[in-house]
Formats: sequence, structure tokens, C-alpha cells
Amino acid sequence: MKELKKLAYRLRQDVVDMIVNGKGGHIGGDMSVMDILVTLYFKEMNITKENFNTKDHDHFIMSKGHSVEALYAVLAEKGFFSRETVLKEFSQFGSKFIGHPNNKLPGIEMNSGALGHGLPVAVGMAIAERMNKSSNRVYVVMGDGELAEGSVWEGAMAGANYRLDNLCAVLDRNRLQISGSTEDVMALDDLHRKWESFGWHVIDVSDGNDIEKLAAAFEEARMVKGKPTVLIANTVKGKGSPVMENKASWHHHVPNEEEYRQIMSDLKARAQED
Amino acid sequence: MANIANKQMICEVLMEAAKKDKDIVVLCSDSRGSASATPFANAFPEQFVEVGIAEQDLVGIAAGMARVGKRTFPMSPACFIAARSYEQCKVDVAYSHTNVKLVGISGGVSYGALGMSHHSAQDIACMASIPGMRVYLPSDCNQTRKLMEVLVKDNEPAYIRVGRNAVDPVYSEDNVPFEMDKATWVCKGEDVAIVACGEMVLYAKQAAEILKQKGISATVLDMYCVKPFDKAAVIEAARHAKAVISVEEHSPFGGLGSMVAQTVAENCPKKCVTMSLPDEPVITGNSKEVFAYYKLTGEGIAAKAEELLNG
Repeated sequence: MKELKKLAYRLRQDVVDMIVNGKGGHIGGDMSVMDILVTLYFKEMNITKENFNTKDHDHFIMSKGHSVEALYAVLAEKGFFSRETVLKEFSQFGSKFIGHPNNKLPGIEMNSGALGHGLPVAVGMAIAERMNKSSNRVYVVMGDGELAEGSVWEGAMAGANYRLDNLCAVLDRNRLQISGSTEDVMALDDLHRKWESFGWHVIDVSDGNDIEKLAAAFEEARMVKGKPTVLIANTVKGKGSPVMENKASWHHHVPNEEEYRQIMSDLKARAQED
Repeated sequence: MANIANKQMICEVLMEAAKKDKDIVVLCSDSRGSASATPFANAFPEQFVEVGIAEQDLVGIAAGMARVGKRTFPMSPACFIAARSYEQCKVDVAYSHTNVKLVGISGGVSYGALGMSHHSAQDIACMASIPGMRVYLPSDCNQTRKLMEVLVKDNEPAYIRVGRNAVDPVYSEDNVPFEMDKATWVCKGEDVAIVACGEMVLYAKQAAEILKQKGISATVLDMYCVKPFDKAAVIEAARHAKAVISVEEHSPFGGLGSMVAQTVAENCPKKCVTMSLPDEPVITGNSKEVFAYYKLTGEGIAAKAEELLNG
């Protein structure tokens, strides 16, 4: 787990380089979601470069598609494409590495970015995998601001209606969206009760940037039968450096030179902490 | 065989295909009755998914299932599937390139007196403008069968719009000229070219018969494949005519008429007229009354042709 924590901080540095080089990106959400992605790809999910083009693998939907830089860093680490290529080409003219997931790239199953799409698509995958009598599981990561989209709740109803215990959703609950606090823009709480009332098994992850706690929650989700599970992962937007932590203005801020130096220094230091 | 509604023919072909192909899945949004999909749901409960009144969910779920190897056919009123779930059609189906065949039932003004909320006069414009989305408006049940027999086997996204009621056939059951993505020549003439799609093809054919009695020869082109648009056929039809008329059960903007006019203007400029529904909520009535009011009939099209040729 300690190695995964270090990895998450190393991949955050890749994200910062990607965004600075590409002159754009959604840095705050990339930082909050990184530990969720690292836990999923390096601990929980059965997805590899080798099995991706077979029928035998789990499925992943990045519904909060604007955090694609974090996903690119993880997929590069998994060997789907080279780290150097994505760092160099992200957001450049004519690049395949655009600012939202695109399934023309290896490792990405569905295009996303229009919010509120991921859960219904994941529900469809889970229904199909059950029809196929497969043990493949389906994971979807949503942002918290995204929950204002009505289609999320259509998917939530369907997931419970079809008793999809092969489906696990994760909410990156960083409590900030582009205009400010989620509770000021469109109040979401009490999310636990909302999802529970929709018929889901709900796991509150007190620290959604703690890989051990996330891994334990995914383990619990695997044991749940007859209903889908949602992890409410309480994360910190901009996690990794006080320069950007819990600041709504860092939703898609591009660091200047001074900020860049400080953030990289903070990320390296955090990777060494116990 | 008795004449049946195009949507019923779609379900017949799907039932035949589902017997052999367990990956065929029909999805409905509380629309199985209006889609004529109840027999499918009863015969293949394992290959049928009900999502409730939630069209965005309908298309998203269909796309997710398709990504995992299913051939999905979400069936919902055209007004809802093409508009309410437009972004899912764009992103989850066309952009993600999932094998989803979107079936818009009770298209155009099929719902008659139910009003504009239930009419789909915008679906050609919105669907055809999505890269990678094919758009089909078959003219009768015999052509619908031919089209569906191809669509149940191929792997590309598509939107199919059909009407609610059985319509008189354009083609006889044992003689349906059909080539995928090529317009069908219903008849060939020298004076005027009529390009139509969906239920309007029958009226275009009737117009040609009326005109023939008056010594005017008309080409009728059945543009069931609105996209990919068979430009070559339109150019050929226009080249041999003095004027071109397009006829569609759609808004005057962004539909068949826009495509025909664009193609003719670019390739062989001729007088072009678009016959369509108006740019306003249509008059209250059943679809035949609505068509008659806006002159979308054999007589109406023939009169427009005469006016053009004499004008």
C-alpha cells in the first residue's frame, strides 16, 4: 500500500507536467481522484494491456471525464501507451490525447465528458455481463457536482431495480465544483441517505485519498449481494499541495512557474511521508 | 401477408433474428406496447430490458450493453429518443461507436392530435448532423424488412424512424428493390424529380401517377437512406429533370429538403422546392388530416409539380 501511495504522488507529478505542457486541464479533480484510480487499477480491477481486447476483464468508466489527465497518467503506468508520448502530446494540435476520455485510445472503453452519462452506461455493461454469466465487474467514477444531472438518478434507479451487485460506483466527494462549494451551488447532502433510499449499498470512505481505506471499501463491495454499491469517497480537491488544496479556483487552473515549483516539491515530499 | 405497421415489421425481424442471435437485445422506456415490442418481450424475456420512463437511461444502458458485445435496439417514441436523449445518442452511441440501433417509433406527426410535444419534426436534422450516425426512414413494411435484415447483422450505430400506423405498401412483398444505402428508383421520368422519404414516398408515387395522366413524366426517388445520403442518385435524378421537389414529414430546416437542395445546388443547379411540415406547431388532427392540410398528398405534390413546370 505504501508503494501505491508513492505511485499516486508520482503520477500526480505527471499530471502537473501534462497540464503545464498542454496549457490546460482539470488539475483539482485530477488530484482528488488519483488515489481512487490507483487503487482501482493497481489493486482492485482486473484490467491489463493484455486482457483489454478480450472479453475477460473488468470495465471502467471515467464519468467525470474532465479528470482525464489523471486517467492518462494511470493508463501510461499500466503500459497502454507511453508516458513520454502523453506528456508531450496532451492537448497539442492533432493529438489523440484530448481533454476528455476517447475510446480510440487503448485502455479506454467509452467516451465521456458530458456529465451524467457514466452511470447509465455502467448499468448497461453490468446487465450485459450478467446476461453473459460473466464474473467481470463494472466500475464507474463520478464527480460530486455531476450528481446534479438527472440522468445519474435514472441510472441509480435502474442499478437497484436490476439488483446489479457486479456494479460499483465511486463518488469523488471533494465538495467543490467550478463555481464553488457543492453545497452552495446545488446542495447534495445527505448523500448517504439519498443513495441508500435509491436501494444501493453505501460505503462512506472517511478519507478517499487513503488507499488502504479505499481498498477495504472495494473489498466490502465485492461481498455485497443483490444490490449495487456506491463508495462516497471523501477526498480533497487539489490533494497533494497546499497551493491548490480545497480551492475552487484550482478546478482548471494552470500553475505558473512559481506554483509549479512549489507543487512539485510538495508532491515529492508527500510521497515520502508515512 | 397482411399489411402491417413498419414498427411491427421491425419487431418481426428482431424476433426472427433473436432466435439465432442471443446477443440481440430490445430495450424499451415503458414503450413496449406502442413499439409493438410486447411479443418480443414475452418471447425473449432474457433479451429484453425495461428501463421505465427514462430515455437518457434507455440510450446510455443500450450503449453500455453494446460495448460488452450486445446488439441493442432501444425503441421509444421518436420525439423522445431523438431529442430527450440526444446527447446520449451523440456521445454514448455515435462518438463512442457502439452497436446501437436507435428505433424512433410513431415518428413525424403520427401522434396527431397529441400535439407538438409528441411530434418529431426535428429528428432528421438532429440525428443526421451527428458524425457516424446513419439515418433511415423506410417507406413501407416490405422495405422495412429488407432494411432491418441488414441492420440486425451490422455493427454500426443507426437511427431508424418509422410511423405509428400501417401504411399502404409502395412495393409488393415479393418484389422489393433494395440496395443498402442506395436510394430506390420508384419510377423514372423526364420532367420533374420527386425525392421523398418515409411515408411520403407513397404520396410521391401517387403524384407521379396523377402527373402521368396529364402527360408529365416524373422520377420518384425513395431516399429511405437519408444518411449516408445517396448524392449520386439525387444528382442523376435532377440532371434528367427540369425541377426537383423534396417531400418529407419533418421541419423545413435541416431535413431531406435541405440535403437535396444542397446537393442539387452544388452539382447541377435546378429549381428546387421543399415540401414539408411548417415551421410552427402543426394543426390539430390525425396524420392523414395533417398531411392533407399541408398538401403532403399525391394531389398536393402533383399540383406543386405542375406549378413548377408551368411557372
